Amino acid sequence: MTGSKRKFARIAIGTIGWVVALWIFFPILWMVLTGFKSEMDAISTPPHLFFTPTLESYHEVFAQADYWHFTFNTVLMSVFATGGALALAVPAAYAMAFYPTRRTRTTLLWMLSTRMLPPVGVLVPVYLIARSTHLLDTTLGLGIINLLTNLPIIVWMLYTFFKEVPVPILEAGRMDGASRWQEITVVLLPLALPGIASTALLSLILCWNEAFWALNLTSSRAAPLAAFIASFSSPEGLFFGKLSAASTLAVAPILLFGWFSQKQLVRGLTFGAVK
Amino acid sequence: METTLSPPKGKKGRTGAALFLSPAVLILLVWSLIPLALTLWYSFQNYNLVDPTLSGFAGLDNYRYLLTDPDFVWALLNTVLLVLGVLVISVGGGVLLAVLYDQDFLGRGIARILVISPFFVMPTVSALVWKNLMLHPIYGVYSAMMRAVGLTPIDWLQHYPMQTVMMIVAWEWLPFAVLILLTAVQSLDHEQKEAARMDGAGPVARFRYIILPHLSRAITVVIMIETIYLLTIFAEIWVTTSGGPGVASTNLAFLIYARALLQFDVGGASAGGVIAIVIANVIAAFLVRAVARNLEA
Repeated sequence: MTGSKRKFARIAIGTIGWVVALWIFFPILWMVLTGFKSEMDAISTPPHLFFTPTLESYHEVFAQADYWHFTFNTVLMSVFATGGALALAVPAAYAMAFYPTRRTRTTLLWMLSTRMLPPVGVLVPVYLIARSTHLLDTTLGLGIINLLTNLPIIVWMLYTFFKEVPVPILEAGRMDGASRWQEITVVLLPLALPGIASTALLSLILCWNEAFWALNLTSSRAAPLAAFIASFSSPEGLFFGKLSAASTLAVAPILLFGWFSQKQLVRGLTFGAVK
Repeated sequence: METTLSPPKGKKGRTGAALFLSPAVLILLVWSLIPLALTLWYSFQNYNLVDPTLSGFAGLDNYRYLLTDPDFVWALLNTVLLVLGVLVISVGGGVLLAVLYDQDFLGRGIARILVISPFFVMPTVSALVWKNLMLHPIYGVYSAMMRAVGLTPIDWLQHYPMQTVMMIVAWEWLPFAVLILLTAVQSLDHEQKEAARMDGAGPVARFRYIILPHLSRAITVVIMIETIYLLTIFAEIWVTTSGGPGVASTNLAFLIYARALLQFDVGGASAGGVIAIVIANVIAAFLVRAVARNLEA
């Protein structure tokens, strides 16, 4: 009796779980499907769930824009920004986690508050500075901006991870005569690796998806995928097939990357929250 | 447990630590101060990109003009609404979904991956997909569904611009909340849940007295990170409504953008930027303090 009741509950929960999951995922699924429709199918009412797939839209997208160029720019910029931010954040978080002073908390709060500043509030000066330093429309320029905007969150995340590392382990290393450099690279980093990995993953995702600076500071040479998709948005609003194909192309790499790294991302993202 | 390293080399240890901290602090100081100083400077100038005759010191005119502008009040209100609305939906929904996907059922792993997927989609794409493929009054899937059950499709972005933008943004951030909260739920001791069940605690009591308190730190993390991003929402509005109709879906970030780039009023936009920065810092002060307390507790 109770056995069948439990089984029923499990099926009910499973059904709810799947319905909710499909409902949330539906827009992405529909976008991918629409990318394989002809423009006629794409705007048919009521929408067709079954159709003859075609690569028409993809051919058009590839003919209109150099997808690989945008993708290369995005990857390069994201990796540079993430690597640079980690290089700055690891020593900073180390100092704050293991040598806190009265000012440590204030420093951390201040760092985070710089992230809350609306980009648009400083757009004009940043644009003018970028122009005069020839960083406008360069991957380096956009990379630096992304590095700076992600740095506070990266420092904060690393700080919380480092705080989880038991101090006696570091002290033991020091007793054995480890220099500070060894203390960080040999003792601390391996221990905090899951946290560092998920910080890097989050940063890569945020860089990949950043649109505001991408749209305002790049035009052609260094434009990332966020700009690529913008070029398909307004004037061609009703070419749903083409729009969907371009969207799928812009999203696919990071979505697949997110799926594969999901476990790792989750493991670190919860900081000390999991205790 | 002792949380600070006993400084090994006395004062030298601390100086070394300060040296480790300084590059990040310096670079952030430069990044936050120089543009801020310039924005502050422009905000007191008459500076319009299309009208070179307008120049010179403006005093507080830009601020007076902005603060008495009804658009500004709307933008402020919309900013707060957007942040609060999305937080309520994503944290509330996130907790429920985290508990749901903690249950054992067939294909749970795949269902979880589907649920967190929207977080990986770039904001411009999600806005475009929702606007055109889902909510388009003629061709959208949702409109087709409404017609199928005999209702008249609604032009959501026209009639409920703010609510619709909020919904799109919530769709992007709910998965993030689920991602974090699910891990926290999973870390809960199963013996503890089992013990509560043995003691006769129903599902509601278990949720209220065991799961929810356990989630409080994770919830704080979600609120913290989401607020940072929600305060500066831009792409979704830019793609879907361009702040309209009127200023119905204009938040502060978009208002400044509209001033600076559509009306070429650098002075006015800079004044808006300064105000936005002040507001961000007020919120940051409150929020971060609360979060820091909760995280250290």
